[in-house]
Amino acid sequence: MTSIILAIVLGVAFGFVLDRIGATNPTVIGRMLNLTNLSLAKTIVLAIGVGSVLMFGGQMLGLVSVGHMSVKAAYIGVFIGGLMLGAGWALAGFCPGTGVVAAGSGRKDALFFIAGGLLGAAAYMVTYPSWKASGLLDSIAGGKVTLGTVPGSKFEGITALPGDILGIVLGLGFIVLAFALPDRLAGQPGGAARQPAE
Amino acid sequence: MTLNWKIGGLLLGLVFFAAVLLVKPIGVSTQFVILDGIVADMVNPDLVTQTDEGYTSTNAYLAKSKGKYAKSVANPLNYSFIFVIAMVVGGFVSVMMRGGLDKAERTMPALWRANFGDSAAKRNLATFVGGFIVLYGARLAGGCTSGHMMSGMMQTSLSGYIFALGAFAAAVPVAMMLYKKEA
Repeated sequence: MTSIILAIVLGVAFGFVLDRIGATNPTVIGRMLNLTNLSLAKTIVLAIGVGSVLMFGGQMLGLVSVGHMSVKAAYIGVFIGGLMLGAGWALAGFCPGTGVVAAGSGRKDALFFIAGGLLGAAAYMVTYPSWKASGLLDSIAGGKVTLGTVPGSKFEGITALPGDILGIVLGLGFIVLAFALPDRLAGQPGGAARQPAE
Repeated sequence: MTLNWKIGGLLLGLVFFAAVLLVKPIGVSTQFVILDGIVADMVNPDLVTQTDEGYTSTNAYLAKSKGKYAKSVANPLNYSFIFVIAMVVGGFVSVMMRGGLDKAERTMPALWRANFGDSAAKRNLATFVGGFIVLYGARLAGGCTSGHMMSGMMQTSLSGYIFALGAFAAAVPVAMMLYKKEA
């Protein structure tokens, strides 16, 4: 029961914030990806940094359970799947999370995205054995690994660097990157893309 | 109204942190598989079955990792599935609190309209095809923007970096090709 309450509280908060940062608006996504307005990129990069510093800092202080970490496996299919997701993300302006939140925000085109997504997921379920047989799902570089070795973690590190300290350093690096990213990399400075969304 | 990136990034980071503090890292795309499984299991009840050790499925993907997905299909009231349903509610609450979405935006976003015109059918076809590619890719990769890119890179996981590299390597050129007119 506790876990269901947490699911509701955290899920509502996540959906709410995704909408407020503009991530549910494909115009904002499109401007980020065509490099004419990077403010959402700055938001995302800052969030990764903040999350990383808090999580690893909390672990070092003993406030955050290392056991809550969940590291996904690395394999060639991660890159191929990333390419596919990226192409579809640019076309639709939605990714799986923002698509469902956008549907909740009243975007009718997001319903078609979800329908296509359910079909795409089903297609993967059916074709999974061929991917498995191809070897493209076989772990590379140790599979479920972190960049450093996190003390007390069941996941191995690809380097012997202390994973928690490395996590904080990288987190701070992301925060600096968020500030360093320019407002735009393409198009006319001060052009239409500077206008607020909607 | 979009939040300033500093406030928005801080809030988003806090949500990702709260999730890993209280439960586990955020992820979304698996739940598309779970919903497919729930629907398919209703049509064909033999799809997911209970065993002595837990659950299994006639579908190899649902049966993998000792029937982890099969178990979620059999028990939809689990953390990850409810989390995604709650996200829809969060989006609804947010949009209502900012006065709702205007009619034109509900049909299609401004940037799409500026580049491809007013046809709702064309836009819906694009999002349907986009959704197919996105979820096929996400399942092949084992996660999406939330699970791989954000939760993954936040945890310094190698796979998160590989995923982000792939996603942006495709997304940026495709977006630059598609959206030449600014809106």
